[in-house]
Amino acid sequence: MNQVEKSIRSCVEQGRKAFVPYIMAGDGGLGSLRDKVLFLQDAGATAIEIGIPFSDPVADGETIQQAGERALAEGVTLRAVLQSLQSFKKEVKPEMPLLIMSYLNPILAYGMDAFVQSLRESGVSGLIIPDLPLEESGHIKELLTENGIALIQLVSLTSDQKRMAAIAEQSTGFIYAVTVNGITGAREGFNESLATHLQSLKSISPVPVLAGFGISTPAHVEQLSIHTDGVIVGSAIVDAFDNGDTARISQLIEASKTKMRAAH
Amino acid sequence: MEQMSGSVKQKGRYGKFGGQYVPETLMSALIELEAAYDDASQDPTFTEELDYYLRDFVGRETPLYFAERLTKKIGGAKIYLKREDLNHTGAHKINNSIGQALLAMRMGKRKIVAETGAGQHGVATATACALFGLDCIIFMGKEDVRRQELNVFRMELLGAKVVPVEKGSGTLKDAVNEALRYWVAHVEDTHYILGSALGPHPFPRIVRDFQRVIGVETRRQILEKEGRLPDAVVACIGGGSNAIGMFHPFVKDEKVALYGVEAAGSGIGTGLHAAAIAGGKEGVLHGAYMYILQDEDGFIQEAHSISAGLDYPAVGPEHCHLYDIGRAVYTSVTDEGALAGLRLLSETEGIIPALESAHAIQYVAELAKGMRPDEVVVVCLSGRGDKDVQTVRDALGGGTR
Ligand SMILES: Cc1ncc(COP(=O)(O)O)c(C=O)c1O
Repeated sequence: MNQVEKSIRSCVEQGRKAFVPYIMAGDGGLGSLRDKVLFLQDAGATAIEIGIPFSDPVADGETIQQAGERALAEGVTLRAVLQSLQSFKKEVKPEMPLLIMSYLNPILAYGMDAFVQSLRESGVSGLIIPDLPLEESGHIKELLTENGIALIQLVSLTSDQKRMAAIAEQSTGFIYAVTVNGITGAREGFNESLATHLQSLKSISPVPVLAGFGISTPAHVEQLSIHTDGVIVGSAIVDAFDNGDTARISQLIEASKTKMRAAH
Repeated sequence: MEQMSGSVKQKGRYGKFGGQYVPETLMSALIELEAAYDDASQDPTFTEELDYYLRDFVGRETPLYFAERLTKKIGGAKIYLKREDLNHTGAHKINNSIGQALLAMRMGKRKIVAETGAGQHGVATATACALFGLDCIIFMGKEDVRRQELNVFRMELLGAKVVPVEKGSGTLKDAVNEALRYWVAHVEDTHYILGSALGPHPFPRIVRDFQRVIGVETRRQILEKEGRLPDAVVACIGGGSNAIGMFHPFVKDEKVALYGVEAAGSGIGTGLHAAAIAGGKEGVLHGAYMYILQDEDGFIQEAHSISAGLDYPAVGPEHCHLYDIGRAVYTSVTDEGALAGLRLLSETEGIIPALESAHAIQYVAELAKGMRPDEVVVVCLSGRGDKDVQTVRDALGGGTR
């Protein structure tokens, strides 16, 4: 079993739910990456998703787009991020999986084989590519699997039962259940049918199911953890770091640890 | 691309180019679109309806016009113009917009989103939406809003909502990004009318098929007029829709040389251009594997061209393939060249071409000169120049001399 799945399962077995914060690498300068990762590790994150800035982030809303622009203005690249991770990987606990979230083109430009090699050297154990649907993922998946790295696939509200099943079968690490039709960014609330969707996904998935997109308050964290193995929180974390509000981050993480048993 | 081929069946490939690189949320819409299009293209009532609107609303077929004075002036091959500028709304874009609007209605979708660069696709889509009573929202880069002010007003008169995109370079690429984001959020009741032979499968095929009418008519017309096929066919390349529509019916005729003309902006050497085949590398943008202007880290670069409609950093997947297999030749013309082409056609034939089409005109002038008088070349005059008059006037410093 891949480290990503292992860490999530062990968290759930202890009666908590997984909490995976997303940060934009290089927002605030690449020097801040280490500080953020170590802060999140100490604050109780289950895994950490590290976003690579891209010129054309079509799956992202304002908050992450702007964080990406700040990072690009700092000259941050995929290569620089992987080098930075490598420089402090000894400080990251072995049971703390690091995930890379990158659009496909920077990976292609890096070269697939070299990229996978660098992921290993940087201690990365999972990869999320928002513009790589199941249909196009075959070769990358094989290469990652050979190297013990998870390829986390996304399931959306528009994926029908058949696709959900096919994606669940192929996803390694966990399934990323997109909770809204739309791009990343804070939301007021969620569609009523979401609970049913998450339950049905959970019932067929051989790997853990984590919900993400729009989750921005402790109440959201609790609400969406009920039917899943945990949550991914992006824009709210990016915002909190940008405002220096780390207490907010701790609150969000706390919400994944409380009331879970009561809810079941 | 070898690295991309896997066990799951990949769709919509032109050699290694194309594919479906989109967020999962859009996959079901693409699958639905593909099924609806397969069904529609087999259905004679759909084709008849499309033909009806192309004839009685758009004004097809468009003439294949022998440019006699231009031919004389150049002193080489006979030059024919395929007059897509005479279509309703002034460019080839309407062929695709009408087709896709009919397709959207067939899928029960009455809301439309589109991007536009020059504003021609936006105007064409706003027109189709007005014609059929569909809701229409158009994303347009802020730089293009400035360059194509009159087209913005035209879209608004037609009842469309035009949203300026401030991000990035404020041109076509950024407008596509925003249109895609909007589509992801409204995918359940909205169809995205993509304006060029780009994007994820099945768009490149659908757009090509709706633009094929250009080449199909040209083929018949040249056979009538010359009793034979042309020696060369020329078209400008933004994303590549007028060109692929023109080329496709000739691809199997090996003797017909195909020339695609990219925008060289200030010159390929300056880095300020929009010539993705001449200056780009393979990669993925907006759902497809193509040649793209990008830096070594895989970040997409901004395209530069005096013509808003060519100002896009990639070229549609089918052209990438035609280039790879050597079936078509891709060349480029600078901003300056395009301005010269525009004046040449205006003065010799009384036709002010769109700046996009002027790239093709300028190249044809060079090409025809090196050919014999008994040879024949056809150029796709993809649109008329009214929309560009202000830009041209600024570029020429206020006057014509
Ligand atoms: C008149 C005209 N020609 C050509 C183009 C370029 O597009 P394509 O390459 O898809 O034909 C445009 C785009 O706006 C246009 O308006």
